[in-house]
Amino acid sequence: MGYAHAFDPEDAAAIIDELKHLEGPLLPILHAFQARYGHVSEAAIQLIAGGLNLSRAEVYGVVSFYHDFHEAPHGRHVLKVCRAESCQAAGGDAIAASIEDALGIKFGETSSDGQVTLEAVYCLGLCAASPSAMLDGRLVARLTEAKVSALVEEVRL
Amino acid sequence: MTRVFIPLDSFAVACGADEIADDLTRIAAERKLEIEIVRTGSRGMAWLEPLVEVETPNGRIGYGPVEPGEVEALVKAGLLDGAEHEKHIGRPDEHPFIKAQTRLVFRRCGITDPLSLGDYRAHDGLKGLERAIALGPAGIIAEVTESGLRGRGGAGFPTGIKWKTVADAPGAKKYIVANADEGDSGTFADRMIMEGDPFALIEGMAIAGVATGADKGFVYLRSEYPQAIRIMQAAIEAARKEGVLGATVLGSAHAFDMEVRVGAGAYVCGEETSLLESLEGKRGQVRAKPPLPAHQGLFGKPTVINNVISLVSVPFILAEGGAAYKEFGVGRSRGTIPLQIAGNVKHSGLYETAFGLTLGEIVDQIGGGTRSGRPVRAVQVGGPLGAYFPRALFDTPFDYEAFAAKGGLIGHAGIVVFDDTVDMLKQAHFAFEFCAVESCGKCTPCRVGAVRGRETLEKVMAGERVEASLTLVEDLCNTMKFGSLCALGGFTPYPVMSALEHFREDFEPAPMREAAE
Ligand SMILES: Cc1cc2nc3c(=O)[nH]c(=O)nc-3n(C[C@H](O)[C@H](O)[C@H](O)COP(=O)(O)O)c2cc1C
Ligand code: SF4
Ligand code: FES
Ligand code: FES
Repeated sequence: MGYAHAFDPEDAAAIIDELKHLEGPLLPILHAFQARYGHVSEAAIQLIAGGLNLSRAEVYGVVSFYHDFHEAPHGRHVLKVCRAESCQAAGGDAIAASIEDALGIKFGETSSDGQVTLEAVYCLGLCAASPSAMLDGRLVARLTEAKVSALVEEVRL
Repeated sequence: MTRVFIPLDSFAVACGADEIADDLTRIAAERKLEIEIVRTGSRGMAWLEPLVEVETPNGRIGYGPVEPGEVEALVKAGLLDGAEHEKHIGRPDEHPFIKAQTRLVFRRCGITDPLSLGDYRAHDGLKGLERAIALGPAGIIAEVTESGLRGRGGAGFPTGIKWKTVADAPGAKKYIVANADEGDSGTFADRMIMEGDPFALIEGMAIAGVATGADKGFVYLRSEYPQAIRIMQAAIEAARKEGVLGATVLGSAHAFDMEVRVGAGAYVCGEETSLLESLEGKRGQVRAKPPLPAHQGLFGKPTVINNVISLVSVPFILAEGGAAYKEFGVGRSRGTIPLQIAGNVKHSGLYETAFGLTLGEIVDQIGGGTRSGRPVRAVQVGGPLGAYFPRALFDTPFDYEAFAAKGGLIGHAGIVVFDDTVDMLKQAHFAFEFCAVESCGKCTPCRVGAVRGRETLEKVMAGERVEASLTLVEDLCNTMKFGSLCALGGFTPYPVMSALEHFREDFEPAPMREAAE
């Protein structure tokens, strides 16, 4: 993950062709688009709707429903920080605040240089090693100020 | 050749297990040490992860928690011979946390290589499926019904009855769906078993397929679990290659195949009908019931949808008999339950035991109290929709009915411990906030009630019209409880009202709270 590919209709059509035989193909296709292009654009929605014989509104409705799909490109890195109860109980609120401070952005925002998007996530299943986070699909648990600094360093690169 | 076991479970990996494995490989090459690294699941002693074990003439000896960077020192200190060290914990299977458990579902987890079907067979794997094929549908359903197994996803519905309904439903096409959305905060049992013993889920689903006549299964696995997704997919491929899945399951006349489908970050998609909508490629909105999924489920076909732990309980029940499973437990809560002890707690992790321990035994004795060393003040049981229990309710036995009687629920058995620095007004506010963020938007009490509840508690935080605001919160909770279509809106009142009832002092106007301190 990290650097997304630019959207390319031919490449995108190949993804649709590869997955459309699945039972219920829409979510797998959207996941594939999100992973490859970093977002699901208007053009992508149009292409998918055509490929699956759905209306654009139907596809748009699905894209907008799920937290994992983004209509606009996100940062080069995505840092998801758990804000749920077990992490709260283990000092996660302070860790979350220090991440916001260090990155200079709030949850839901992307840094102005496009390096990182900061997202809240509700439980990563690491609750017996709280607080936890996920950077571009890599899990990090038992977060401390030192681990936060290392993560922040990493996303700045 | 010395075998070294390093978990690949997310707990361990998120604390550096991959780096540890790399370091050990490098050090072994440099020093020409004959070692074999086996990646396993987790034993569940999460506070000791990464827990590295080495095979010695005296059995497996554990070291933990190992930090990345200290492998060299550990090897020098004699890790490969099981030598004494500050991180030496002796034999994990003799550890009091493990020894006192009743591990039926998690008996292989942390011990075997999760992707080795040979290991799986050598440790009693596939015995349940073999017997299931011999028994046939009616016999399987009789065993599951006899076991008293109730759904571990939260609602506690008898699994045998659900399977019988699908078995009896007319139609050639039926589905088995494993609910691996595990959205409840404080829970990780589904994740641990999928990472540590994925063939057990495959076996459970195949048994469900044989019992009901379904030939296709889906594991709806949340996207927040990248490691579980990888391992589950690899296990399905291996099972296919070895004829456990496919046109003739273990050479029988039954066909069953399955695939993993990845969720997309919506809590409500753990609700069974919303999950089915999502699998079909739609917005994850809750369906009105009836029809039940057992009659009209995925793509309108009869569908068994069960939690992962319900399904992985089945191989034991089939191998050993429903009566053997039923021996464990209390009242109408039969068998074992994997407790997930989390939050601010010393001995955090997964503890499988028969139903019936008290909440106090779980938190104070097994969990060892808080990690911070401060007093335990509140415990949330059953995820974000579960009630907060004060110490005064610590004598409540872990049992579906006993928790309901005290205004709570056991849900998926997540137990989150808070010390005395917790602000229960903030926790109640979070419960509304979570509901507002995750609402599917289908019904008004949930969609609007959650937002109004959050705003009203913000007034309480600001000390505005506190009494009137709290009365409004109670009204909102009543409306949500009785007017919501599903338990997201319907159960959000549990954390809110339990906080209000048991920790009222946190809701008093600020000056009074300060005076009380
Ligand atoms: C908002 C909401 C979220 C739920 N999340 C889950 C979940 O993540 N995993 C799960 O197994 N059940 C979840 N459930 C319960 C399911 O609707 C359903 O009862 C369960 O999958 C049935 O399986 P079981 O009988 O094996 O428990 C949820 C219910 C609601 C209302
Ligand atoms: S209670 Fe909430 S989540 Fe459940 S159906 Fe209604 S709006 Fe959707
Ligand atoms: S609550 Fe944060 S990982 Fe589960
Ligand atoms: S779709 Fe989320 S509230 Fe409308």
